[in-house]
Amino acid sequence: MTKARPDRADLGAGLAVLGLGGVAVWQALAIPTSPLYAQVGPKLVPWLVAAGLLVLGALLTAAALRGGWSADIPEIAEAPPPNPRSLALLLAGLLANLVLIGPLGFTLAATVQFTLVAAAFGSRAYLRNAVIAFVVALGAYTLFVKLLGVNIGAGLVEGLVFGTPE
Amino acid sequence: MDAIAGLSMGFANALSLSNLGWALLGCFLGTAIGVLPGLGPALTIALLLPITFSVSATGAFILFCGIFYGAMYGGSTTSILLNTPGESGSIITALEGAKMARNGRAGPALATSAIGSFVAGTVGTLGIAFLGPVIVELALKLGPAEYFSLMVLCFVTVSAVLGGSALRGLTSLFFGLLLGLVGIDLQTGQPRLTFGVPELLDGVNVVLVAVALFAVGETLYLAWRHVEGKAEVLPVGRIMMSRSDWKRSFWPWIRGAGLGFPFGVMPAGGTEMPTMLSYYAERKLAPPEAQKEFGTTGAIEGVAGPEAANNAAAAGVLVPMLTLGLPTSATAAIMLSAFQSYGIQPGPMLFTTQGELVWTLIASLFIANVMLVVLNLPLVGLWARILKIPQPQLYAGILIFATIGTYGISNSVVDLVLLYGIGIIAMFMRRFDFPVAPVVIGMILGPMAEQAMRQALTISQGDWSTFVTRPASLVILLVAVAALLGPKLYGAWLRRMAG
Repeated sequence: MTKARPDRADLGAGLAVLGLGGVAVWQALAIPTSPLYAQVGPKLVPWLVAAGLLVLGALLTAAALRGGWSADIPEIAEAPPPNPRSLALLLAGLLANLVLIGPLGFTLAATVQFTLVAAAFGSRAYLRNAVIAFVVALGAYTLFVKLLGVNIGAGLVEGLVFGTPE
Repeated sequence: MDAIAGLSMGFANALSLSNLGWALLGCFLGTAIGVLPGLGPALTIALLLPITFSVSATGAFILFCGIFYGAMYGGSTTSILLNTPGESGSIITALEGAKMARNGRAGPALATSAIGSFVAGTVGTLGIAFLGPVIVELALKLGPAEYFSLMVLCFVTVSAVLGGSALRGLTSLFFGLLLGLVGIDLQTGQPRLTFGVPELLDGVNVVLVAVALFAVGETLYLAWRHVEGKAEVLPVGRIMMSRSDWKRSFWPWIRGAGLGFPFGVMPAGGTEMPTMLSYYAERKLAPPEAQKEFGTTGAIEGVAGPEAANNAAAAGVLVPMLTLGLPTSATAAIMLSAFQSYGIQPGPMLFTTQGELVWTLIASLFIANVMLVVLNLPLVGLWARILKIPQPQLYAGILIFATIGTYGISNSVVDLVLLYGIGIIAMFMRRFDFPVAPVVIGMILGPMAEQAMRQALTISQGDWSTFVTRPASLVILLVAVAALLGPKLYGAWLRRMAG
């Protein structure tokens, strides 16, 4: 026990777990009382889990105040520094998929997402990536929808290739 | 049914053309995803769960087990040629394997790990066939109280004993338990933890969580810590093993398999411990001239032993899964949810009610093992080429399949939001060294444990002492407490002795 300085990042992690425990308590309170008789009702286990999370969160917070754990794990201590540009591009890709998959359908949304994600990992061949993405997405769509019978959102492109459903 | 009769029936079924096809497809896919860094068997099986709607149960499980075994073979290729182990079980393989590859001996390293995997997979599968029915006999005597205690033991071992820290492992487990609670309570019909969102009444989908943790979280973390540059793939060279390579590999294979299987069978699952033990054992037992190669030019014993231990442990994990319905690894947990989607409850009854399925599956494991050694030795060049898929396109592609795996189930944007939300949590979990496997296990095993607990308490009319007055249950709980507190107490005792 040589270091006494709290680790701020680890403190955040501990508090986040405490917060999760708080959410669990809130939702455990919201469970309506069952009109049916049961030896053990539906509330017991949620309360146990909430209590467990609060205890674990408190212990993690205490550990963070005593210097934390991240500094002792070589994999974390020696990890490369954060790369906000890459992370932002990747998150943009996820967001694009969320927004576009409804109106444009799976293939086009996936193409946009693929191009942004590849850019996040440093690939600058945008046009080539978009073509690869289009082919991969349409191929995967065909495989899953036609062979496995899974319904992934159809849209513009899917309609042109396979005809509109219904 | 005894093992011999079961196996002969199983082989009769497994050798049908369609079942052989499923096994081959599984082995091929499994090896490919095992080779690709960032993809694992748990994620692949999760993505393929939709086939349970259109394929027979036997076909689907042969495919899944082929993937499971194949990924073990493929994982060693990545460790040896890229020096980046894809999963915890092959970290040790990378130690000596990558050194051998750097000294131009990648071929023999790949060969000894493929043949070692074959030996261990065969020993492990024999273990499943002969041990399974014995455990089933015992398990049929267990009541809900014992089951609950067993699940508690399972929770403790997968979260607190394995991995870096009991505190962080347990936190992951409780996060999983929380996710498992979402939805309608089966016994009373009350909505729980739904935040008033109607989409959550059916619960959080297991596939969604697995994809979020293993694909989205991992990709986010890698982007967050992205550095420009390429990993170097070492050349394979000749794969032939010399006579001395064979001689030096043989006993490590056998010892590794013997060490790995029991670890897999016990709910202490995990492949880190047996691979590490095998490595230290081989290092100790190696002749003096071979000992010099450890840590310098790479010793073949250090690849053969741990790789066999890894595969045998992985095979062992199937024993508690098939006989008790207890998953002790993330992959087993996903397979368990596949059983559930067929309306089959794994557990001691499985061997009697679904005898044909179980024995066909076990026979297929033998066949898959033969296929894998054949696929891996001559085709090793092909797998090495897969390693050359550039990172940007690889991860962009993985995220496309992540969308398919979640949006394809429900066509609901709420699920995509949940997928990315849990993915962001997983990114932070990776940053703060919280293991992700306990989340999946807690999520799948949690509701089963709650049910067993409530059944046991209904039988005992609300008397909690039922868990400690039934002898078998008490013993299991004591083992769990020992596993949880043992290491801490031992450490404190050592400090006292020293101080």
